[in-house]
Amino acid sequence: MLVFLGKRVGLMLVTALCLTLIVFALVNLKPNLVKLAKEQGNSRMSAEQVEVWLDQNGFRRPLPVRYGEWLAGAVRGDFGQSSRFHAPVAEVLWPRLWLTAKLMFWVMVVMVPSALVLGVLAGMREGSAQDRVLSTVAIATTSTPEYVSGVVLTVIFASKMVGLQWFSGSATSAAEQITLENFALPVLTIAIYGMGYVARMTRASMAEVMTQAYIRTARLKGVSFAGVVLRHALRNALIAPFTVIMLQFPWLLTGVVIVESLFNYRGFGWLLIEAASNNDINLLLAASVVAVVIVLVTQLISDVGYVYLNPRIRVSA
Amino acid sequence: MPPLPPGAIVLGVLEQFMPVLIGVVAILALSAGFRRWLGLYGQIFDSTIGIVGLALILFWLLTAFLASHVAVFDPYAQFRALQNKPPGSIEAASGLPFLFGGDALGRDVFSRMVYGSRTVMAIAPLATLFAYMVGICLGLPAGYYGGWLDTGLSFLANLVLAFPVILLFYLLVTPEIRETAIPTTMAAVLFLFPILFVVLVVWSRLRERPRTLVPALLPVLAIGGFGYLGLTGAWDPTGLLRMEPNTLNIFLAVVFITSPTIFRIVRGLTLDIKTRDYVAAAQTRGESAWYVMFWEILPNARGPLIVDACLRIGYTTILLGTLGFFGLGVSPESPDWGSTINEARKLLRVYVHPALPPALAIMSLVLGLNLLADALREQSLRD
Repeated sequence: MLVFLGKRVGLMLVTALCLTLIVFALVNLKPNLVKLAKEQGNSRMSAEQVEVWLDQNGFRRPLPVRYGEWLAGAVRGDFGQSSRFHAPVAEVLWPRLWLTAKLMFWVMVVMVPSALVLGVLAGMREGSAQDRVLSTVAIATTSTPEYVSGVVLTVIFASKMVGLQWFSGSATSAAEQITLENFALPVLTIAIYGMGYVARMTRASMAEVMTQAYIRTARLKGVSFAGVVLRHALRNALIAPFTVIMLQFPWLLTGVVIVESLFNYRGFGWLLIEAASNNDINLLLAASVVAVVIVLVTQLISDVGYVYLNPRIRVSA
Repeated sequence: MPPLPPGAIVLGVLEQFMPVLIGVVAILALSAGFRRWLGLYGQIFDSTIGIVGLALILFWLLTAFLASHVAVFDPYAQFRALQNKPPGSIEAASGLPFLFGGDALGRDVFSRMVYGSRTVMAIAPLATLFAYMVGICLGLPAGYYGGWLDTGLSFLANLVLAFPVILLFYLLVTPEIRETAIPTTMAAVLFLFPILFVVLVVWSRLRERPRTLVPALLPVLAIGGFGYLGLTGAWDPTGLLRMEPNTLNIFLAVVFITSPTIFRIVRGLTLDIKTRDYVAAAQTRGESAWYVMFWEILPNARGPLIVDACLRIGYTTILLGTLGFFGLGVSPESPDWGSTINEARKLLRVYVHPALPPALAIMSLVLGLNLLADALREQSLRD
C-alpha cells in the first residue's frame, strides 16, 4: 500500500510539474507579453519600445530560468502581483477559492444523495418500468449542460415572465450571506448536470451487484427485498460511484466557471475568467495551478480510495 | 400590427418545420420498413428510446441541411423596430412574423436558432471523427505493444485529461494565439492522423499484394494530401477547404481535448481483446501486427466505440456551446447556440424569449444523442 501510494504521489508531482510548465509557456506567449507591455507601459509603444520594456522587466530571459524563478516563488506561496486587482495574487486568490469551496460543498450536499438514491432505485430492479423512467430522467439531466439548466431555471424561478420569483437570479449577495434565495439556483444548476452521470454509474453498479449469488442466497433465506438492498447490496454497490464522484471534480470546475459567471458569484471561476480576459498573467498562472492541483489530488484520492474500499484489488496493486 | 396569438405561433413553427418533419417521418418509416437488412442501425427500431433519440438527431440534421427553407429571415438581418419584441411580433415591411420574437439587436430568434444548428452539425460530428482517428491510431499500438510506448502515450493522455477543459479553452482559443505558430502546428500534427489511419487500414490489409496496394493507396494519398495541405493552410488552390481561422482553432481544440479520452477507451479495449483466441489465431497465421490491430481487434471493438461515439458527439455539442457561452465562439455575430445564449443571458431577467430557443435546442440534440447511445448499448448487450 505504501509503495503504491508513493508511486501515485510521485507520478502526480511529475504531472503537476509538466502541466505548470505548459501553462507557463502558454501564458507567456509573445502576443500575451506584447499586450502586457502595452497595458503596463504605454499603449502606443512601438515594436522596439515593447522589446525594450520586456527586456528591462526580465521577460526576455530564457523560459526555463523564468519558470524556475516562478516555481521557487510558487512553492513558498508567492505567486507575484496581480495586474488586474493591483494586489498580491495570494491575497486575491484564497478568499475567492473559499467562496467556490462553499458552492462546491452545497453542490455535493444536493447532488450526491439524490444521485445515489436515483441510481439505487433504478438499479435494484433492472429492466422494470421504474428503472426505465429513472434512467431516462438520468439521461435527460446529463443532456442539460449548466448554461442550459441555468437559463431554464432562471426563467422558471426568477423571471417576471413566469412570475414565480421564488429565488434570486443573482448570487452576488451570497458572497456575504448564503441564503436559500440567492444560492438555490446556482447549486441546482451544477448539481443537475453532474447528477445524471453519478446516478447512471450507481445504477450500473447496483444492477451488477443484484445479480450476485450472495444476494440470491439472502433472498432465499427469507430476507425482505428492502433488507437485501439496504444491508447486502448497497455497500458493495457504492464502491464504483465513489470513484466517479471524485472524478466529477474536474467537470464541476467547468460547471463552476459557467455558473459563477451566469449568476455573477465572484468566486474562483469568476476570477479565472477575469484573469484570462484581462491578460493577468500571474493570476491566470496561479489559478491554473490551483485548478490542476485540485484535479490531480481528486484523481489521487479516487485511486487510493478505490483500492482502500475494494479489498479484492488491494494486494495486486 | 398586433402580435400573433400563441396558437398561431405554434402553427407557424410547425409550418416552417414541415419539410423537416416530413423528412424525419419518411426516413424513420423507410428505415423501420427495411430494418432487418440494416444491421445495427436497424436494431435501433426495437426500442422506443432509440427511435425517439434518432428522431431528435434527424430533426436537427435535416434542419441544418434545410436551414434556408426553414428560417423565415436572414439570421444576421437586424430590424430596429423589433428589438426585444415578444414572440409572434410581425415584421411590418414583409408582413412575416418573428415566431420566437426578436433579440437585443432586432434579429429573428427563430431563424438564428435554425441556422445555429449548422455550426454544430458541421463541427461536432467531424471533430469527433477526427478525434477517433487520433485515438485509434495511438490507442491500438499502446494497448497491443504495451511497454514504454504505452507508458509514454498514457502519460501524455493523462496530462491533457488533467487540464480543466475550460482552462484549456481559455489558453488555446484566444485571438492572441492565432498570431503564434501553435494552431498551425496543432493542425499539422492532428490532421496527419486521418491520413495515417486510412493508409494503415489499407496497407495492413494489402501489404502482400503490391498490385492492388498501389492503386488503392494512390487515391487515398492524393485526396488526403490535398485535404491536408488545404486544411493546414499550406497550399489551397481551390479555396474549398479553407476554414475560418477561428473555426479551425475551435475544431482543433475540440479534437485535442477529445482524443485522449478515446485513446484511453481504445487502449482499454485493445488490452481486453488481444487476449482472445482469434487474435492468437491471426498471430499464428503470421499476420503482421498492424493487420491484427486494424483488422482483428478494431472491428471487434466497434460495439463500445459506436456507443461512445454517440455520447462523444453529444459532449462535443456541449463543448461547442460552452465555447460560445464564454464568447470564444466562431464569430461575434454568429448564430451558433452557445453564443446566442451568451448574448441573451445579459437581459435574461427582463426578456426570456431570446435565451430559451437555443438552450432547448442544445438540450434536445444532446438528449437525442444520449438516448440513441443508450438504446445502442442495450442492443449490443442483448446479442
